[in-house]
This record gives sequence, structure tokens and C-alpha cells, in this order.
Amino acid sequence: MLVLPPLGQAAVEALFVHRLQFAFTITYHYLFPQLTMGLALLIVVFKTMGLRGDEVANEAARFWAKLFGLSFMMGVVTGIPLEFQFGTNWSRFSEAAGGVIGQTLAMEGVFAFFLESSFLYLLLFREKQLGPRLHWLSAFLVFVGTWLSGWFIVSTNAFMQHPVGYAVREDGTIVLRSLWEFLTNPWSFAQYAHTMIGSVVTASFVVAGVGAFYLLSDRHLVHAKRFLQVAVVAGATASLLLAFPTGDIQAKLVAEHQPVTFAAMEGHFQTEEGAGLVMLGQPNMETLTLDNPLVMPNMLSMLTHRRWHSKIVGLEEFDRDLWPDNVPLVYYAYHIMVGLGTIFIAVMGLALLLLIRGKLFGLRTWLWILMLAIPLPFVANTAGWLTAELGRQPWLIHGLMRTADGYSTNVSSGNVWFTLLGFMGLYALLSMLFFFVATRIIGRGPGPTHEVA
Amino acid sequence: MTLAEVWFVLILFMLTAYVVLDGFDLGAGILHLFVARNNAEREMVLRTVGPVWDGNEVWLIAAGGTLMMAFPTLIATSFSGFYLPLMIILWLLVFRALGIELRHHVEHPLWRQFWDVAFALSSLLLTVFFGAALGNVVRGVAFDGEGRFFAPLWTNFKIDPEPGILDWYTVCVSLMAVAAITLHGALWLVWRTGGEVQRRSRCCVKYGWFATLALTAIVTAATAIAQPQMVNNLRAHLAWWFGPALAVAGLFGAFHSARHERWPRAFIASSAFLAGMLMSAAAAVHPFVLPSRGAADGLTLAAAATEPYALRVALYWWIPGILLTLGYFVVNYRSLSK
Repeated sequence: MLVLPPLGQAAVEALFVHRLQFAFTITYHYLFPQLTMGLALLIVVFKTMGLRGDEVANEAARFWAKLFGLSFMMGVVTGIPLEFQFGTNWSRFSEAAGGVIGQTLAMEGVFAFFLESSFLYLLLFREKQLGPRLHWLSAFLVFVGTWLSGWFIVSTNAFMQHPVGYAVREDGTIVLRSLWEFLTNPWSFAQYAHTMIGSVVTASFVVAGVGAFYLLSDRHLVHAKRFLQVAVVAGATASLLLAFPTGDIQAKLVAEHQPVTFAAMEGHFQTEEGAGLVMLGQPNMETLTLDNPLVMPNMLSMLTHRRWHSKIVGLEEFDRDLWPDNVPLVYYAYHIMVGLGTIFIAVMGLALLLLIRGKLFGLRTWLWILMLAIPLPFVANTAGWLTAELGRQPWLIHGLMRTADGYSTNVSSGNVWFTLLGFMGLYALLSMLFFFVATRIIGRGPGPTHEVA
Repeated sequence: MTLAEVWFVLILFMLTAYVVLDGFDLGAGILHLFVARNNAEREMVLRTVGPVWDGNEVWLIAAGGTLMMAFPTLIATSFSGFYLPLMIILWLLVFRALGIELRHHVEHPLWRQFWDVAFALSSLLLTVFFGAALGNVVRGVAFDGEGRFFAPLWTNFKIDPEPGILDWYTVCVSLMAVAAITLHGALWLVWRTGGEVQRRSRCCVKYGWFATLALTAIVTAATAIAQPQMVNNLRAHLAWWFGPALAVAGLFGAFHSARHERWPRAFIASSAFLAGMLMSAAAAVHPFVLPSRGAADGLTLAAAATEPYALRVALYWWIPGILLTLGYFVVNYRSLSK
């Protein structure tokens, strides 16, 4: 899988398992923040409605805050290992670039984590003592904390995708040259908007799905309707914004700055004028063509450059050692993300129409669809990040440092296998505990306890 | 004072905040099975840490991020070299969080007992590993020619040129950490609880104090053997005596205040002891941040630091950020007293 000739067998193995551990732990971790960041926004919406006298919305906020607290804790305990792994598993990367990305990682701790941890407890357990306004403020500050945290992490990643504001010293160390330039990386604005809206989509599908579940099982009807009203409006808006303009801008940035990645994502092997948009098909890495292609003619040229016959550079134009090391996975991740994104617009768009016409709550088919769709945005967000991270390969910092040069050579593959297996066991336990407790919270439902059927 | 030294002091402040604040969470965790015997008592203990433990733990995360920003080489070298104990610390942090946060979700005695034991064991082992980590930093590690090392969990428990994470010296430091953190937690519980929990915690204060005193004396003597640099530094400059003096004053101040039942004051004195011990550790290895045991050079503060521009510009956001944070902590600890 890895074609990097200078590396010996042991190094190839070590690089593989270092990457696998980071990929596993970060993929698992991001199942939680993508829910909590979006949910924090929806909780603020519910609290705002509550402040205006809507007691049902206030109860909805209380219910979702419980699930938020649980997911937040899962995000915290699975997030700390990621920050540690920069030093433990990617020490050559940290040594070379820590002086730059350390800025945003430290800011995340100082500006986001303290804020979140201080006000989450007030949000969860101090509603009576605080009164409605201060409680709303706690919800709002938790929301600000989670979204700041997202900003600092996306900025860190944006530097790895599109480094700016740095200088390279003689010994190869990458140092900060301009904090302002680093923080105003154009890549991070696009990536942040796309990521956060993706998180709102996840939270909307979860809130709408649980609402649909209650309606279908004839329980908590008043609350379920409020869930759907808020989540369908938010979900339809966010699904649309996810594709246009944020997804569109992000794709153009990739096309401009990472043309190899772009070609791999689109499954585009040959350079063409008037390139077609691949909808389906399997990349064949032996013949460098697509098997069973289903292509919309000229569409890729149109979407990328707004001209039907513009030129799109194919993978074959580039040296093979500049290709992402797993082209099919980049291609599939991207197509799964885009395919699901299209489905989200359809599902939430129609749900919004039904809601406006007052038919959604009675249409069991659509409620079933909303309930069953809960896992899909988790898949789509994960696929999106896989596209970004696998697409950046073989670079760790695009154009500056290869992934093969970033891992800790002093940590042998045997030790990493040991900890990877440890993480897998621990996270399996975490999943069981999360589902057990989350199911109980959903089973009890919102509102006064005697309402439970 | 160079910029690197400024950041060293600021990070030492963050780490001290971590040890003092999460220290009482850990101490309460170590003690709670003994001082709280039924569900009501356990909940009383948890109420004193529940609202604040997460914020306390953030001091560790924020200090880690700040270390990465200011001293990337130190993070790279030490985190990869201490790979195994750090991973174990990560896993223990997971169990500690679950132990505190999941308990109240299910009202079943077995569920509660399980998480109570998880909270206690993870708190104890975290303290052991944090103590060992400090011991390793003071004792030094076996750098290779390229400025890297990888420490095994244990070798023969001697201070060899290539020692393990656990040797007789670091085990002594671990035991001292357990004693000091238990004392700290006991003082917190006497201050913040009542009834039987408070009475039992008071007993722990007594034993904890004598254990801390004895182990501190042993570790001080052992450090003179394990890290000869300590003696040199103390001889060279009067300023290096500040840490040890603060520690001694804190320890005896805690004794004095506890005898007169001034519990908040005793807790603050214990915090001063912990702060003094951390400063002493930093003073013992100066000018290194990670000394070497072999022929290769250790890592000095100056060599670990990033560019002056980055260090200077970071002060502009770090200072307002930490002032804001102190504000949140005031709000949060006030809500605790209600």
C-alpha cells in the first residue's frame, strides 16, 4: 500500500501502525464533537424559545442538555489522547512544526476548554439557582466554547492542508513568522464553515430522528413536535449550506491548491478539456481507469471553473509518489460524502415542505425515514474528514513535510500495536456505555417524569 | 529573564494550578471508599468535586498545549520517550472521568459500586504515574546521540545509565505523591464536607501529614543521589532555595492550621507545599528541562524553546486568556459553595 522506496520494512510497518492509531482514535473521537457542536447551537435555539415563554422548548433544552453532557464527556476523554499523540506518536512533526500549530492547540485549551468546562456544569445542574437569563447565558457560553474549540482545531488542520505564515529555519524547523497570517488562513474559513455546518446537520438529524421516534411510538408528542419543528428547519438550511456555498468553495480550494488530491477525489485519471463528473464507478489502479463508470458529461469542468470545456488535470500528469497513497479510499470517501449530502438535502428539504404544509407529523413514512437517517450524517462527516486527511497524503504538512518523516522513530511498532489494541478495547467499552446510557435518557424522554408512557 | 524563561515560569504556574486543583479531586478519589461508606456519603464527596473536576483537568491539557507552543522539542522528546506511561495515564483519565460522570445515570447499587471503585483506583494510579513522571524528569533519561530516548516501564529498578520509568527513586517519588495528594484531598474533604465523612477525613489528615513528612525527607535525600545537579544549584544561588522553603513552610503551615481547625487555611498551606515541591523539582534540574543520565547532553530550556517572535506574540493572547479563565473559576467555585 505504501510506496516509499527509501523506507525499510520496519519503518513501513511503524509508519503504518502510527497512522492507523491516529486514524482510529480521531475517527472515533469525531463521532462525538460533531454531535455536541451542532447540539450546542440547537440548545441555544431551544433556550431562546424558552426565554420567550415556550415551556415545551425549555424542557426540550433540558432533555438535549443531558445527551449533550454525555456526548461532551465522551468527546473530552477521547479528545485528550489526540493532543497527546502529537507528542507521543508524531514527535518529529511536533518538533518541526510545534512552534506554529502549538499556538492554536494552546489557544484551544486557554480559550475554549476552560469556557466549556466552567459553564457546562451550570447548564446541566444549576438552572434553578441561575434563573432563566443566566441559564440561557450558560448555554450560550457552552456553545461559544464548543465552536471556538472547532475553530482552533480546524485552523490547525488548515495549516497542514495549506501552510501560511511560517518560515523554515536552516535545520528544517518550521517556525511562526506571522500569527495573523496563520490565524487568517483562507483555507481555515472555508474548512471551518463546512465543518461546523456539517456538525449542525448531524445534530439536526439526531434531534429530528428522536422526535420522529417519539411520534411513531406515540409518546412525548408535544415535545417531539417541537424537536421536529426546530431540527427540520435547521437541518434543511444546514444541508443546503453544506453543499452550497461551503462545499463548493472547499472543492475549489482543493482544485486550486491540491490538484493531485482533487483528481484522486473525483476519480479523474486523464487530463481532459470538458471533464465529466463521476457519479459511480470503481477506480482500477492497474489500468488507471474507472470500472463501470456513470458520468455526467462536462459537469466537472462546469462545477470547478464555471466553463463547460475548461481543462481538468488528471492524476497521470503527476509523479506517482505525489499521489495519495490510497487513491480508491480518497475517491470513495469523497463520493460517499457528496452522495449522502445530496440525500440530506432531499430528506430535509421534503420534510421542511411537509412541515410548512402541516403534514409532517401525520406522515409515518417520512417519520420513519427521518428516524432511520440518524446514522447517515455521522458517516458523511467521517467520510469528509477521511477525504481531507487521506487526500493530503503523502504530505503531513502539504508541500512541506511528508507523513513518513513525521512519526516517532523512537517508538517501535510493537509498542504502538500494544496501545492501539488498548484503545480499541477501551473504545469498544465506551461505545457500549454510551449506547446504554443514551438509550436510557431517550427512553425516559423529555418533560415531567410522570408523562412517561 | 529571557522569553524562554518567562514561558517556563508561566507553564510551571499552569502545572502548579493543575496539581493543586486536580490534586484534591485525585485525593478525594483515593480516599472516598474509606471516608464515605454509604450512598449518601459518597454523593457528598462527589458533590465537592463534580462541578469542578473537568475544569481542573483542563489545566493539564492547556499546559500541554502551551508546552507544545513554547517548547516543541521538549514535547516531542519527552512525550515519545515516555510513550507507555503517558498512554496509561490517558486510559486512567478516561476511567476517572467515567467514574465521576456515569455514576448518577443509573440508580442501581452494582452500577454505583463499580464506578466508585473505578474512581478510586484510577485516582490512585494516576497519582502514582504522575509522581513517577516527575521522578523521571528529575532523575533524567538515557538520551541517544540524536536527542531522543525511549524509556521502558521498568528494567531492574536501579538507577542505571538506561533506567526504566519505575526504579527505586521514581517509586519513592510516586509514594510521596500519593501521600501528599491524599493529604491534600483529605484537607479538602474536611473543609467541604460534614458529619462522618468529615470526621474520617480528619483522621486521614493526621496519618497523611506524617507520611508526607517522612516521604518528603526520604525523597529529598534520594534526589541528592539521583540528581547531583540539585546540590550544585542550591549551593550556587540563594534564589533556588525559594521552592524548598515554600514547601517546608507549606507543610508545617498545614500542620499548624489543621491543629487549630482552620481548614481553608490548611488547604491553602498544602497547596503551597505542592507548589514548592514543583518549584524545587524545576530548580533541581536547571538549566535542563530534561536532564540526561548518559554521555549525551540533556535538553536545556534554551534549546527546547521556539523562535522569540512566537514566544512574544503568544503573550498577547495568553495573558488575557488566563485572566478570563481565572474569572470563570471564581464563578464556578462560588456556585460550588451554594
